[in-house]
Amino acid sequence: MTEQSASNSLDGNAAAGPFTDVFGFDVSTVLVTCGGCRASAVFAEQRAFLGGPGTVLRCPGCDHLLARVVQTTDELWLDMSGSSCWRFPLEASTA
Amino acid sequence: MTETPLRDRGKVGGPRPRWLPARLAGLRSETGTARTMTFDVPEWPGHQAGQHVDLRLTAADGYSTERSYSIAAPAEDARVSITVQEVGTGEVSPYLVENMELGDALEMRGPIGGWFVWSPSPEAPVEQPILLVAGGSGVVPLMAMVRERARSGSRAPFRLVYSVRDPGQVLFAPELAQHAQDEGVQVDLVYSRETPKDFARPAGRITARDLATPPDAGWPDDPPPRAYVCGPTAFVEHAIRTLLDLGYTNHNIRAERFGPSGG
Repeated sequence: MTEQSASNSLDGNAAAGPFTDVFGFDVSTVLVTCGGCRASAVFAEQRAFLGGPGTVLRCPGCDHLLARVVQTTDELWLDMSGSSCWRFPLEASTA
Repeated sequence: MTETPLRDRGKVGGPRPRWLPARLAGLRSETGTARTMTFDVPEWPGHQAGQHVDLRLTAADGYSTERSYSIAAPAEDARVSITVQEVGTGEVSPYLVENMELGDALEMRGPIGGWFVWSPSPEAPVEQPILLVAGGSGVVPLMAMVRERARSGSRAPFRLVYSVRDPGQVLFAPELAQHAQDEGVQVDLVYSRETPKDFARPAGRITARDLATPPDAGWPDDPPPRAYVCGPTAFVEHAIRTLLDLGYTNHNIRAERFGPSGG
């Protein structure tokens, strides 16, 4: 598999599945703040890179690596060092 | 980038998406390279229009691979339908479109995606108009929304602008023609490479003219419409730019991109 360029990247919708492995629920609507440029966007609207190694989430504004999940045979590895804040909405949507 | 108000986001939580056994129970050919596959998933918890599933296929030697597919229709008992477009070089879609047979099993995880969803708001005094913008097989989750509107008896004004390469690529053509007769639903096809004979609009990619609300649509001034855009990444980026030029904002555009490497 070739590496995805920014122009053919997916968005966070496609990365939500692998992240349920660590969080236990769908994180599509979580507001993620970039540790690089401080922009915030919901998980679904971040940029996603699949196919390995692991599932990578990047900031669509500055391309900073926000988070990644890698599964090995005996470990699930979560790196969130590139994001400064995750805000989980608890109220039901009224939109 | 502006902050999305909390109330516009779906809450997190709900049942943990688990890998569930699924068995192929129905098949329908849509085009020469796409088919709709309906799975029996006994433990399925239900879903909203616009959500997707992850499928996992495991070979006899233990090798396994996963792909995401949009759900094509509202939940019906414990049945989940997806429509798969074959990607020639793909690892999974050729198996799904050409080889998988009724009764065959795989694992399904879902539903996934609480952002790219639509549900009716029967309590709203005026339902929000909905613009659906589809590129190729990006029509699948949007079709789920059109079907959910009909199933729920919603009166939300809907307009689908569906861009395909040529007439042979149109998914759900007969059903879309039927829904276009429903009050409040408009369906407009856009052909990017080749049109049917005598089709008024010349072939070409989507423009502001295609996406602007037609004056005779009768959409209310308030609330402003929400757009759902789904297709290949380049298509989605182009459609979003066009919508922003037309006055849509980041608050009322929701997008889902799939890569050319999907397969």
